[in-house]
Amino acid sequence: MDATRRELLKAGSGASILALAVAAGWIKPAHAADWNKAAFDSKAFADTVKALGGGGSTESAQVRINAPDIAENGAVVPISVESGLPRTQTIAIMVEKNPTMLSASFDIPENTDAFVTTRVKMAETSKVYALVKADGKYFHAVKEIKVTIGGCGG
Amino acid sequence: MADPMRIRANMTGDKVEVKALMAHEMETGQRKDAKGNVIPAHFIQNVTVTHNGKTVLSAQWGPSISKNPFLHFRFKGGKAGEKVTITWTDNKGEKRTDEATIAGG
Repeated sequence: MDATRRELLKAGSGASILALAVAAGWIKPAHAADWNKAAFDSKAFADTVKALGGGGSTESAQVRINAPDIAENGAVVPISVESGLPRTQTIAIMVEKNPTMLSASFDIPENTDAFVTTRVKMAETSKVYALVKADGKYFHAVKEIKVTIGGCGG
Repeated sequence: MADPMRIRANMTGDKVEVKALMAHEMETGQRKDAKGNVIPAHFIQNVTVTHNGKTVLSAQWGPSISKNPFLHFRFKGGKAGEKVTITWTDNKGEKRTDEATIAGG
């Protein structure tokens, strides 16, 4: 870490260092303090897992998605995720066929249950993934939800 | 300024059950108005829930969270009468903070 920092400091003027650091993702622009743009821009499951910091993910029965099989209104689809894995650190919800695949990523501190419910929009019938980071490793569950009326159109 | 959140925090056993409803358009940036102009994206990006100065949940959201977002979770270590505070920040930098008192179970 220190070595990289030194190289950076040698690299050039203040402005270019800052630009470099922003580009490399070491310093985030102020308006998006803690928002993982790369993860929200990802279009595929594997890319999203990578952008969220994982090398890959294993399917696990310990990750449970509680959601309807058929959503009559794609604008409001209730999705609940629960993890039975010890030391669950994050829970993310992804809708494969949405223009923005990643819907939400939750950080779960130690004294908070590995459980979260929210409502998402679904453009069309799609697989929904729940990605859990537990003890530094990534696990997921997947469920297909049929949508009768899409929730992202006009 | 956005409308206040509706927050309920209740003791269930030794845990605090939090349910929150936020007032926000959650505009995706994918839709067009009647003239065919894209309606700019406007959505909550960050949500932080604190209790006694400690974060009990933090979230990053994309535009595909439903309009007027709903959130439900549980945490340990709270007592009736204490406060739960929720803050959201959206992609235009707007912010809203509301709190609720934990009700006994």
